[in-house]
Amino acid sequence: MHDKTLTELAAALTAGEFSSRELTQSLLGRIDALDGELNSFITITAEQALADADRADQARAKGEAGPLTGLPLALKDIFCTEGVKTTCGSRMLDNFISPYDATVVEKLKHAGTVCLGKTNMDEFAMGSSNENSFYGPVKNPWDLTAVPGGSSGGSAAAVAAGLVPAALGTDTGGSIRQPASFCGITGLKPTYGRVSRYGIIAYASSLDQAGPMARTAEDCAWLLGAIAGHDLRDSTSVARGVPDYREELGASLSGLKIGLPKEYFGDGLDPNVEAAVREAVRVYESLGATVREVSLPHTHHAIPAYYVIAPAEASSNLSRYDGVRFGHRCDNPKDLIDLYERTRAEGFGEEVKRRILIGTHTLSEGFFDAYYKKAQQVRRLIRQDFLDAFEDVDVLMGPASPTPAFDLGAKKDPVSMYLQDIYTIAINLAGIPGISIPAGLAGSRPIGLQILGPYFAEPQLLNIAHQFQQATDWHRQRPALGEENA
Amino acid sequence: MSLEHADVQRAAHLARIALGDDEASHYVDDLGRILAMADQLQAVDTKGVAPLAHPLDSTQRLRADEVTETDQRDHFQRCAPAVADGLYLVPRVVE
Amino acid sequence: MMEWETVIGLEVHVQLATRSKIFSGASTAFGAEPNSQACAVDLGLPGVLPVLNESAVAMAVKFGLGINAEIPEVSIFDRKNYFYPDLPKGYQTSQMHHPIVGPGEVEITLEDGSTKRIRIHHAHLEEDAGKSLHEDFQGMTGIDLNRAGTPLLEIVSEPDMRSAKEAVAYLKAIHAIVTYLGISDGNMAEGSMRCDANVSVRPKGQEEFGTRAEIKNVNSFRFVERAIAFEAERQIELIEDGGKVVQETRLFDPDRDETRSMRTKEHANDYRYFPCPDLLPVVLDQAYVDHLRSSLPELPAEKRARFQDELGLSAYDAGVLSSSRAMAEYFEAVKEVCGDAKQAANWVQGELSGALNRENLGIDQSPVTATQLGELVARVMDDTVSGKAAKQVFAALWNGEGDSADAIIDARGLKQVTDSGAIEAMIDQVIADSPVQVAQYRDADPEKRGKMIGYFVGQVMKASRGTANPQQVNALLKDKLDNL
Repeated sequence: MHDKTLTELAAALTAGEFSSRELTQSLLGRIDALDGELNSFITITAEQALADADRADQARAKGEAGPLTGLPLALKDIFCTEGVKTTCGSRMLDNFISPYDATVVEKLKHAGTVCLGKTNMDEFAMGSSNENSFYGPVKNPWDLTAVPGGSSGGSAAAVAAGLVPAALGTDTGGSIRQPASFCGITGLKPTYGRVSRYGIIAYASSLDQAGPMARTAEDCAWLLGAIAGHDLRDSTSVARGVPDYREELGASLSGLKIGLPKEYFGDGLDPNVEAAVREAVRVYESLGATVREVSLPHTHHAIPAYYVIAPAEASSNLSRYDGVRFGHRCDNPKDLIDLYERTRAEGFGEEVKRRILIGTHTLSEGFFDAYYKKAQQVRRLIRQDFLDAFEDVDVLMGPASPTPAFDLGAKKDPVSMYLQDIYTIAINLAGIPGISIPAGLAGSRPIGLQILGPYFAEPQLLNIAHQFQQATDWHRQRPALGEENA
Repeated sequence: MSLEHADVQRAAHLARIALGDDEASHYVDDLGRILAMADQLQAVDTKGVAPLAHPLDSTQRLRADEVTETDQRDHFQRCAPAVADGLYLVPRVVE
Repeated sequence: MMEWETVIGLEVHVQLATRSKIFSGASTAFGAEPNSQACAVDLGLPGVLPVLNESAVAMAVKFGLGINAEIPEVSIFDRKNYFYPDLPKGYQTSQMHHPIVGPGEVEITLEDGSTKRIRIHHAHLEEDAGKSLHEDFQGMTGIDLNRAGTPLLEIVSEPDMRSAKEAVAYLKAIHAIVTYLGISDGNMAEGSMRCDANVSVRPKGQEEFGTRAEIKNVNSFRFVERAIAFEAERQIELIEDGGKVVQETRLFDPDRDETRSMRTKEHANDYRYFPCPDLLPVVLDQAYVDHLRSSLPELPAEKRARFQDELGLSAYDAGVLSSSRAMAEYFEAVKEVCGDAKQAANWVQGELSGALNRENLGIDQSPVTATQLGELVARVMDDTVSGKAAKQVFAALWNGEGDSADAIIDARGLKQVTDSGAIEAMIDQVIADSPVQVAQYRDADPEKRGKMIGYFVGQVMKASRGTANPQQVNALLKDKLDNL
């Protein structure tokens, strides 16, 4: 059961091959057997999952099942889930039982899905390796000495390891696409505003966006349809109809114009990654696409701009963790300032503090114009690069990450870690959608192809990814885990 | 723009994060390198470029003035560290 | 001795009278159980997001139109970052660089009836904080977040006021505008309107401003006057003694009638304003603004002008009667019922205001309704009652001793007697009962008689228990006595 896609599982449930309870039990057993090593889950909600599965089976028996009814999923632990611990990977929220559901969680519950648990992540979504979690690092199922990527590393690893067929992640600077690439799965970051942010614990509000992580583009299309849409509780969510993303799958790619940004094939790109990406592009040519080189001249300013904007927003977003209304509170505060300073010193990990300090510094008097305002101006130039490129081509393709998954503990220096995100970060600054799909292996470590499109081009991106998956079987590759134990 | 020990301490104070002197020194180094990276932005010509706060050029939607929330105090205070008589408690604030 | 001039600018925070909060659907009602009106958004729970209340925007724009301000097409919310327990998110959502209301002006009326224009720098929308309760809760401070997220309009004046009295007049003018517009209840006791004053002094004739102090917590008309007067005095003494005013925040203590420096923080505040990424630019199209403009009620200045030009009231009367929405509405209702503006003005400012002042009541708390008063004034005008009897009727209405002027007049037999037969009968009786006075009158010089007639008038009025028409009594008496 654990090898099947959402689409296949839905068919099996409909055909009565097995019940949602049997499926849920089987996956919970697999989590029990394998996740001790992988550490992809922070919280496993077994009891609730079985109850939800039973409800789904009853609905099916009564003929009331919808397309997603009874399908198991996992949620990055950044989504607020009522009555369930929601930690955001932080000691600060280790005791936080959310009193409400995020909008996307409501939608998934409404669709009848079964949530198996909350997945591990870099603390407050700050990281590219999942090593910044209060709950310990996640291991890459393809190679237990490698990182799964971050910040949605738990979701990526759980899907890759067959613990769950699909999961939700969030992407602020690459946090869906990069771990999807490192773990050999498909991950989509939708257009900013496509999916409601209400109930998603904020890192950098103008960049955060939730999206699906699954084995295939088809599954991502299905899941995106379930979570996308306008939300009256999120001012930045877009009032725009949600297409049937699965209906768009199947359109021919003949005449598709692909642009390869030359800046995405420069220094620091691993030759294995480059070879895999170029090979993937050749597959697209064989499917009728034409390819040309384009330029995104401000690419190299994306990382500095991001590391001004995101920490600035984060420094303010994370001020609410003050030990007063929820979350960690230090013991015996002697006065108010002590309550604040010790609660926050104890509750936040090193990377979170680093970004809060950077953001606080760059927003403070005398620095605002030089950093924040400048970064926002550069942000406009970066967006313009993409708008210009999409005048000439339909989509852009390139690597999701300059290298395959690196070793756990390999990147001690924050700046070298930040530079990992060179191919993903500009996409968040521009707010356009992007998808990463498996396109090769470097030894045992997967390689991801990233496809970028104009605003709200999710249907096209998903179809383009789907066509690749019809023509190749990189997405069917599975890591060799200790199956005999499962 | 170089970063001094005092800058880090000042940011830590503004952000209400207790920072020992050793820790602060460690951050001076890290933050200094991050800012050095950020300083690369100064080389970009942004004359006449308006700052971009949101990727999409959309405008604020307005909500009808209706009371839609009910009293959920007990529910919300279940996750609070210290409450009494419906109030959140903090160390005495001296005005 | 040097002559000093005080320079004052006010920052007035007005709670807008919306039903729900500025960014959430929680109620703004005053006086609820602690934290019972603090929803997930107000509490700043992880993951929550703000959505802007249309009424708050409309009310702010109406204020802008009411002070003839420019309404910018785009306004932007910023975050003001600081830590305080009554500020749940660790930032206040406010408007720093692009406020919803641009520069405007307000006309104030001073005690001598003269007017002055005070410029308003801008007004911006922001969210209110919660309240810290410093009573003992296990030795701790208690936080109530019901007020957190209540919409505030902060109205920032230019430093255009030159005395405490001008500041009070300005505050009253703002109060009148927001209550006329119905955008706030203006209740200062409940904190619906709060005021900070920036005060500095300079030698008269000097262009340059002195160093200013910001005085917090001046939350009544009386306190504004006292706090500013004290602070100006303090600064003048300080300078005359060779000292220097420091720029600081001072707290007004109404009990001790003084301002004192608030504890200086180790580090100066740095609020790190930046545009709130959870809210988008607010764009107001012209049609929306025009629609609000067309819905504006008549404002104090317009009303004052109309009272003078159309109703023929004096500048002073027009000013007093338009000073608050409640006063103007009361006056206009009395006028409507009695049909005479001048009489209505006299009664509202005379008998009614006197009684209200004695019992320290606002006009909206008057036990005598405008209709009751209007009917009474009408009875005076049609000679049903004498002015003197009318005062008795008013007192009875005030004390709730009757439902209407007519009922009281009837019940107490206060109807003015204009029947000359009945009056003549009373006169004859008085003349018959006063032989000594009649003889004196007859013997007196004709020019002294005028004075002596007063005695007879008094006797007749007494006999009629005040109901006889005095002019009529006078004329009939003179005729009778002179022809005896």
